[in-house]
Amino acid sequence: MNFIKKSPWILHYDGSSCNGCDIEVLACLTPLYDVERFGVINTGNPKHADILLITGSVNEQNIPVVKQLYEQMAEPRVVVAVGICAATGGIFSECYNVVGGADKVLPVDVYVPGCAARPEAVIDGVMRALAILEEKQKTARCKKGTQEGAGV
Amino acid sequence: MIALEILAIIILTPLVGGLLTGADRVISARMQGRKGPPVLQPFYDVFKLFQKESIEVNTMHRFYVYISIIFVIFTVIIVLLGGDVLLAVFALTLGSIFFVLGGYASNSPYSLIGSERELLQMMSYEPMLLLASLGLYYVNNSFYIKDIISGDTPAILFLPGIFAGFVFILTFKLRKSPVDLSMSHHGHQEIVKGITTEYSGKDLAIIEITHWYETVLVLAFVYIFFAVKDPVSHVWAVLACVVVYFLEILVDNGSARVKWQLALKSSWIVTGIVGAVNLVVISLFR
Repeated sequence: MNFIKKSPWILHYDGSSCNGCDIEVLACLTPLYDVERFGVINTGNPKHADILLITGSVNEQNIPVVKQLYEQMAEPRVVVAVGICAATGGIFSECYNVVGGADKVLPVDVYVPGCAARPEAVIDGVMRALAILEEKQKTARCKKGTQEGAGV
Repeated sequence: MIALEILAIIILTPLVGGLLTGADRVISARMQGRKGPPVLQPFYDVFKLFQKESIEVNTMHRFYVYISIIFVIFTVIIVLLGGDVLLAVFALTLGSIFFVLGGYASNSPYSLIGSERELLQMMSYEPMLLLASLGLYYVNNSFYIKDIISGDTPAILFLPGIFAGFVFILTFKLRKSPVDLSMSHHGHQEIVKGITTEYSGKDLAIIEITHWYETVLVLAFVYIFFAVKDPVSHVWAVLACVVVYFLEILVDNGSARVKWQLALKSSWIVTGIVGAVNLVVISLFR
């Protein structure tokens, strides 16, 4: 039985967003959308998180921060880029300090479009990420199995 | 026979504790106008954590969590088999101390703050725990829970003050707001996740299961105050546990986190007034 789909814990990081997407992400926690129905918890700790939600584009200043957050997360993990800025840099893509979307630094699994992304879209993105998370866990287990087999 | 009983306690206690935590999350959500997670959500969380990678900060860091759960299980076995209250209180303290050491071992600033706050919380609730066991001894002339729950009159009739003080410090032990300083179940930001900050995977799951054991343990203490020889009183005792747990959830959702100074002061004042006065009064009437 795979429980990772039933209890996704999310780490939310604001790259250089205008805060529009961040407010929509937090709106998911409100009584109207209540993502805790799906077992989602908004953690502030990468070591507890399964899903990294990135809003806003990545800039020169926060590349090491984003990388470190991702590295501190326990396997299996997925990255969801929320909003058009996290996907491509969006309206900020021409700025002198902006590198581009989150995929310039991290392996992004799901892109949630929108400016700002609506809470429904964010929830849908997270649910799609869960399918990928499950897949990753399966392949990680297979790898572990073959390694142990080779060891014998 | 006793081995079977111990095995049943080890297996069934976390089941009950997990269900209580799940009910807590649903009730909390309803109080906030949300639908909330399924009742089995704590089990999903723990099983998921078991399937995840455990990041190792250093070897001792993980070791302390496992030692801590062993002492807590030991305490639960003592209490549920009707053993010595005083021994249970001391074993529980040892379990908490190992948990604090785990926080110190990680060397992370958030964990260090969490450990210090956990120590402050222990300073807040320990005096009352000891007073409660002394009070139970005064009433029944025995530290053994087996003797206490087979008396003629429930301990609550003699110890209303100590019971009130005990319910007050339950908030610390159940890690409920306003005194969830060291490790909160809400918010989930670094400083309120305290000691657990550096734990992940299996170790975090063990911490959660330890908390389930502790939840059942403190409710068992509430039970002791009400249960007597008469079998009907055991129904009342279970009802009292449910009411106390509901009150804790209500307080949890209705209050903001306080500073540690106020938490420590208020618990010592409550212990000093209701606990000590109660002890003095029953010693006068004996």
